[in-house]
Amino acid sequence: MTGGAVTMRPPGPLPAGIQLTPDGQLRHFLTIEGLPRALLLEILDTAESFAGVKNQAVKKVPLLRGKTIVNLFFEASTRTRTTFELAAKRLSADVLNLNINTTATVKGESLLDTLRNLEAMYTDMFVVRHADSGAAQFIARHVAPHVSVINAGDGRHAHPTQAMLDMFTIRRHKPDFSRLCVAIVGDIMHSRVARSQIHALSILGTGEVRVVGPKTLIPAEVENLGVRVFHSMADGLKDADVIMMLRLQKERMQGALLPSEHEYFQLYGLTEERLSVAKETAIVMHPGPINRGVEIGSEVADGSRSVILQQVTYGIAVRMAVMSMAIGARAGR
Amino acid sequence: MNLQISQGRVIDPAHGVDRITDLFVADDRIAGIDNAPPGFVVDRKLDARGRIVIPGLVDIAARLREPGQEHKATIASETHAAAAAGITSLCCPPDTNPVIDSPAEVELIQQRAHAAGFCRVHTIGALTAGLKGQTLSEMAALKAAGCVGVSNALQPLANPLVLRRAMEYAASQGLTLFLHPFDHALANQGCAHEGTIATRLGLPGIPTAAETAAVGQLLALVEQTGARTHFCRLSTARAVNMVARARYDGLPISADVCAHQLFLTEQDIGGFNSLCHTLPPLRTRADLETLRKGVAHGALAVICSDHQPHEIDAKQAPFPATEAGISALETLLPLTLRLVEEDVLSLPEAIARVTSGPAEVLGIAAGTLGVNQTADICIYDPDERWQLIPKRILSHGKNTPFSGWSFTGRVTHTLLGGRIVYQVDSAS
Amino acid sequence: MNLQVCDLVREMSEEIQKLIRAGGIERPLMVGIHTGGVWIAERLHALLGIEDPLGTLDISFYRDDFSRVGMNPRVKPSHLPLSVDGRHIILVDDVLFTGRTIRAALNEIFDYGRPARVTLAVLIERDGRELPIEARVVGHKLKLESRQHVKLSGPNPLELKIVNAPGGGGPQ
Repeated sequence: MTGGAVTMRPPGPLPAGIQLTPDGQLRHFLTIEGLPRALLLEILDTAESFAGVKNQAVKKVPLLRGKTIVNLFFEASTRTRTTFELAAKRLSADVLNLNINTTATVKGESLLDTLRNLEAMYTDMFVVRHADSGAAQFIARHVAPHVSVINAGDGRHAHPTQAMLDMFTIRRHKPDFSRLCVAIVGDIMHSRVARSQIHALSILGTGEVRVVGPKTLIPAEVENLGVRVFHSMADGLKDADVIMMLRLQKERMQGALLPSEHEYFQLYGLTEERLSVAKETAIVMHPGPINRGVEIGSEVADGSRSVILQQVTYGIAVRMAVMSMAIGARAGR
Repeated sequence: MNLQISQGRVIDPAHGVDRITDLFVADDRIAGIDNAPPGFVVDRKLDARGRIVIPGLVDIAARLREPGQEHKATIASETHAAAAAGITSLCCPPDTNPVIDSPAEVELIQQRAHAAGFCRVHTIGALTAGLKGQTLSEMAALKAAGCVGVSNALQPLANPLVLRRAMEYAASQGLTLFLHPFDHALANQGCAHEGTIATRLGLPGIPTAAETAAVGQLLALVEQTGARTHFCRLSTARAVNMVARARYDGLPISADVCAHQLFLTEQDIGGFNSLCHTLPPLRTRADLETLRKGVAHGALAVICSDHQPHEIDAKQAPFPATEAGISALETLLPLTLRLVEEDVLSLPEAIARVTSGPAEVLGIAAGTLGVNQTADICIYDPDERWQLIPKRILSHGKNTPFSGWSFTGRVTHTLLGGRIVYQVDSAS
Repeated sequence: MNLQVCDLVREMSEEIQKLIRAGGIERPLMVGIHTGGVWIAERLHALLGIEDPLGTLDISFYRDDFSRVGMNPRVKPSHLPLSVDGRHIILVDDVLFTGRTIRAALNEIFDYGRPARVTLAVLIERDGRELPIEARVVGHKLKLESRQHVKLSGPNPLELKIVNAPGGGGPQ
């Protein structure tokens, strides 16, 4: 923001800003939005190389030996933390898991105080999960120059590593994004995963991206992110190549967003029958953990078109790629 | 002491004055314009050539943070900043700690303001006891203590029945209600305008309807009760049109907008800029345009600062966890003048929105340069260009999103009751 | 440069053939190091008629200068087709210089298993070793100034060039 004709700025994508080094390498990984396509492809390609590490007898490489990575989780998530921890360990980094109850910060220590303390322990990377949108950005803006920040989910804003592992999974099955129709189904409103998926799909040049759900779960003006909105599964899944289901939090039944899990499954649950309108070759994805019988039927989750377990496997390689690129970018400067 | 302010361009919107002339001040009163009154002996002469002489500004909403939040700011620090900004009267909302719901708090604030001596401080009393929204405050006592109106600030009322009764009771005491049209249930703890930016950043949104539904309810109750009501801090185009229509229909209402809503939109939140975290939230370009029209046509008779100074830590957190509000005293006049530069309204009209307009809403004798009025005067240099640097502002709150903006026009002198309470360093 | 890569590779294959016969090696496993080493290994693999598919190694994840130069943006997957336990590995690279690449490759191989023996074959052996690493099969030996580097371009045709590098810090 400057002087001049200040209010005349047209809306446009946010700059990648602090995420990149001056020579365009990944320094922090906070959001997919604004990143160049080449960088996303580099993440995917690097992840392909890391995907082979699991075949080794010793399932690790010495790349980040001597580096310290702190999993800084302000919101509990054993699952995500575990995949980051495993990724870090496969890179031979030392890992410190800190689950910080936000009530502890209320006691007096501010978020910045916590950061300063951890920096003083010579850490190289923070993997951050926080309940507030923008938390990862905030932390990245305030860390010492030798620290990289990876966003492991901030509020409803972004979950970029999840989106990249989804892209990795899609590319393994359907390499040409420009020919794909992708439907994202469920609670778009509260989903950081959906937002990151939309940005990633759009940057990779996906043919069509749809969001499907009841109006209470679709955020305002989401069309401006470049997606088509559907309120019915029959229309939204028609001829789709990829169906990305989202997890429905049980607390959405409170606050008048949805009447019941039963009715939600009736309308938006993914069943074999619903899936029949999608392309025959369609794959089904889910970031997990799955609520069977709420957003997806067991016959689909465990069926031949489900790639849900592959997503989990690929998640480690993608996180290894992002971690090593971010620490490496710092080294290269 | 007799003071002659000579050859400035005197603009007094309340009296239709706009000419280069002399203004005469005897002790704390304005003694004459154009010609000295009989027997006036000049003790001191202030050369105002090339300057503009206007009534001291009246700010309808400025948080001083005292009592209760002295780590953010104090009455002394903020009234000093007000004086530097040409503001000679300001109005303090009741959400201090303790809240202004009894004469004791009113007296405390008046004493401190008087001791500081920079600016007149008026208080708006709490509408409900403790601002809890349940039971009525002792409004007659608050009025007797000097409150110029009653308000529940940004705190919710239990239900429309409490609101109706509060309006009726305030009206019977002859108190104006200062109400924020903000439906807390619809706002649902949001922190940004519900639209493209909130969706993109994943910020909980505050829909336009949180304001318009509240305006609709308030208008219905004003019609029912006849209570004189001021609508605080409109932010949406629809609300401006609703208020304009109701004024046309003859309802006893008025409304204000804060200056930053006339210059910033949701876009300015950009990458989680917590300095643009405000309540009500920054809205869209279309809302901004209509707010500007409302100011130009007079449906919004008041531009205020909605000053909310914060300590640094209050803005140092993830966006939703930061405190809302802008430190805005020192951008009130600069932004208002900028509206003139951008051809939104004429200079006398713009001056009216920050002087006679708010004075009339508050029912106080201020905001004019009429003979025998208290000599609260602001003199500014209309040609000086300057850049806002947060650490140089006088308010203890450095939380301004206008850092780096260039402005034209800078206060050189502020007179409070004929006494110079601020004088720019380089001024003679 | 006057060296014909094809001739050198043919000589290397004959040398390896001799070693295999002399050492009684059964079913050697050939592994090339990305990128130049893979090109040479592909040709040797064909000339020697080795049954097991060619393995490839990208040692990017095992480099010792990651903290200095960062991530190689063109890293390729490593691919060792079979278990390396108890196998005789013929490790192939284009240029042996400091020895650091071979050190990294050995580390990577040992993360896959425990081979019986590793034999190193290189197209060019130049001076400048920084580690006690030695090639058994060498296409050609070169003496170069420290600022000079020898580079293999390819894959079709394979050509050797000597280039003057700006500044110090040689490649691995």
